[in-house]
Amino acid sequence: MSASEKLPAAGAWLGITLGERRALVASVIIFIAAGFVPLIFGGYVLQVTISIVMYAAFATSWLLFSGPTNYIALSTAAFFGIGMYVTAAGIDLLPYPVLIVASGVAGAAMAAIVGLATLRVSGVYFVIFTLGLAELIRQFMTWGQHVFGTMSGLYVTIDRSEPMYYWQLLLLTAVIYLVGWRIGRSRLGFALRIIGNDEVVAVHCGINTARAKLVLFIISSTFASIIGAVVAPRWGYVEPGVAFNPYLSFQVVIMALLGGTHRLWGPVLGVIPFVLLWELISIEVPSQTTLLLGVCFLLIVYVIPNGFTGLVEDALRRGTSADGTAPGAAQRIFDPLRNLLQRGKNRNA
Amino acid sequence: MDIVIIGLLLGGTYALMAVGLQLQYGVARIMNLANGELLIAGAFGAFWLYAGTKASPLLALLFVVPLAFALNWAIYRVLILPLVRRAKSQGKLEVDSILATFGLSFIFIGIMVTFFGAQYTDYSYLSEPIFIFGERYGLNRVVAFLASAVLCAALYLWLHKTRTGLALRAISVNPSAAGLVSINVARASALAFALGGAVTAAGGVLLSMYLTFDASYGVVFTLKALIIVILGGVGDIRGTIVAAFILGLAETAVATLIDPGLTLAAAYVLFMVVLLVRPEGLFGRRTA
Amino acid sequence: MLDVATGEALSAASVSKQFGGLVAVDKMTFTLREKEVLGLIGPNGSGKTTMMNLISGALKPSSGEIRLYGEAINGIGASRVANKGVARTFQLVRMLPAMSVLENVASGGVFGHARRWGRELDDYAHALLRRVGLPNAGNAPISSLTYIDQKRVELARALASDPRVLLLDEWLAGLNPTELKIGIKLIEQLRAEGCTIIIVEHVMHAIRSLCDRCIVMNSGAKIAEGTPAEVLADHGVIRAYLGDENA
Repeated sequence: MSASEKLPAAGAWLGITLGERRALVASVIIFIAAGFVPLIFGGYVLQVTISIVMYAAFATSWLLFSGPTNYIALSTAAFFGIGMYVTAAGIDLLPYPVLIVASGVAGAAMAAIVGLATLRVSGVYFVIFTLGLAELIRQFMTWGQHVFGTMSGLYVTIDRSEPMYYWQLLLLTAVIYLVGWRIGRSRLGFALRIIGNDEVVAVHCGINTARAKLVLFIISSTFASIIGAVVAPRWGYVEPGVAFNPYLSFQVVIMALLGGTHRLWGPVLGVIPFVLLWELISIEVPSQTTLLLGVCFLLIVYVIPNGFTGLVEDALRRGTSADGTAPGAAQRIFDPLRNLLQRGKNRNA
Repeated sequence: MDIVIIGLLLGGTYALMAVGLQLQYGVARIMNLANGELLIAGAFGAFWLYAGTKASPLLALLFVVPLAFALNWAIYRVLILPLVRRAKSQGKLEVDSILATFGLSFIFIGIMVTFFGAQYTDYSYLSEPIFIFGERYGLNRVVAFLASAVLCAALYLWLHKTRTGLALRAISVNPSAAGLVSINVARASALAFALGGAVTAAGGVLLSMYLTFDASYGVVFTLKALIIVILGGVGDIRGTIVAAFILGLAETAVATLIDPGLTLAAAYVLFMVVLLVRPEGLFGRRTA
Repeated sequence: MLDVATGEALSAASVSKQFGGLVAVDKMTFTLREKEVLGLIGPNGSGKTTMMNLISGALKPSSGEIRLYGEAINGIGASRVANKGVARTFQLVRMLPAMSVLENVASGGVFGHARRWGRELDDYAHALLRRVGLPNAGNAPISSLTYIDQKRVELARALASDPRVLLLDEWLAGLNPTELKIGIKLIEQLRAEGCTIIIVEHVMHAIRSLCDRCIVMNSGAKIAEGTPAEVLADHGVIRAYLGDENA
């Protein structure tokens, strides 16, 4: 086996390997560094970074389910809307922290219903079901508001500064990341990888595949609802058409796929360029945003099926020469960094 | 009673777009999420003809259908075939084709918005009433239904009485076995895909006669077509037609008795019932 | 529940399976005793793999009952059957392509009849790899394995769950003569260790040397039962395989 062939990681059931410890430390450093952004930037730049952090949270929580199972969930907007609405409806009745929890619970309940109905059958049906879910809930909400005579929109007035939103979303992203990392090392994560490889084998290994998928879908959707609760006060005014916008789901999917679905940090690589590009297009040619979405999808399918992480990893692999003796360009850049981060030679044997 | 009549009229017209998707998903095995946009494109085609020349939308069929056929043939050869060739499994192909056709749907929307604008569009053609069993209905609905019925019947006969039709039906049952009896599966799939697109666009022309639409309304039709195909059973046209009527009736009942804004909810209820009770659909074959 | 009186690991009572008009399995009745190696043979299309699928829970019987140590397992679903202690290999080897050899083996040992994790799982998986003759393959990618080695991995995966009954579905198929010797030796080893096995095979000398008892199926029904020698000399069996002239 040549050195240029990628060695699979050691079993996930063992303790943390040195490589993973390094990755964890690097992530913590990056999160802390990111926390300084509102202290340096303000105004428009801060707005954009808030967008980036919010979409990072969306895309990473999307990945928790759709990454290992390969079921493309188009339901992010539905759960986001639920979280927003629960918060907006209860804003005068309950304290805000309780509303965040309530939003999560509501999202989890809806995810349970959707999951029980659709996760036992082919993935295609799941995709279709989630495609119309946001629109469906929007129709219900609008109808409900007619029937019960409430106003068409709800006001959420909490006084909070922009940096606060940034830090809340950053913290949420960190939590999602941690949960994803933890799942990856758990039995559930292992079960999902097996399911993603061969579902027939998974079943015969004793895995209740429907339940595993359901649990993960609930976790992923709950986070989307919580994001809705966090962001509701920032929007200020919540109404069905605005809270349940299907295009949110499509954007999140593109960003995650663009970044790459095989690594937990993949989506972030897709979020940053996409948000920036979207801002640019919205300013220059706002009528063509839909077209841009379409082009991105085709790009992902035909040109970069493994996303940017795929490209990065391919480049790293090609950086090593065939017999592994002379270090390639990538290694010459990364090796000194690796040495810097190394905290001793003990490896879990 | 008029719920039943309107429901049947609507269902009959839905049948075309559902049959179009059936050909693409059941035979060519490509889940085409741009299906709704093709329908809207057909609708815009009819609108453009009517707005320009006041000619009957039925005449629009003459140019919409061949154009849609050619367009879908091109889509299959350029976009879909590379995916078919590189897919390692049917599951992977489904994911790839969903994403690709999804992206295509956005591109279509973008193009249509550029040419036709984003506003709601409709036109009144044959909106005089016709009396059936003493109740009044729009003549346009009836004409659309009749045209759809004719097209569906023609398609059904073609599928069951011609050699090519037989080839398509063989592929929908078992593509590898069909290949073994020297059916050119790639060519037949392309034909099915193109034909499906043409049929859907025809459905769009007919629906445009009495529905209001806009460039981004396609996704709702995609969903309904999919639900019809799944309800009827993938791979069987009879099921699709029956399911189309069921959806038409359900939608009309909900719109009349509960609220016109809940039509999608009616479709979803049917969807959930199918998923929970009989995932293979009414006429579908149960596996194991 | 251990059926102590007869030491019955598995029993099938009048099990049938129909696909539309086709009867694939026709009122099959048999018992499998503990530590026994039972051969299930018959011409192609006789329903052997369908029977295996019924036992493993991949298919639900149209009628009849299957019991594992006295407990009914028909119709509960393949994952629950696996939990109760039935493990299998597949006619066409099914590997987990994006995972390492060690992970492939370990996948059988986490959710099935035996549930291990952590250091215990790691040690056990390595031990299993040694047991099937692949002591150093742990970190290798699946794509680098030969066919016989993949079969070994699949066997190790099945063994990882400490199964009470092991189903080998044409496990020796597609092997060249050298590999065949190795494969037969492996199964002999398992037999010596006291495993309870049902083996579906076409390789007759393997059946003769490995099986305590044999059941012959034809067109879904049982046509003979006995020791390999008895069964392979039976006129009905010969007619089923070779046609009337040779009986």
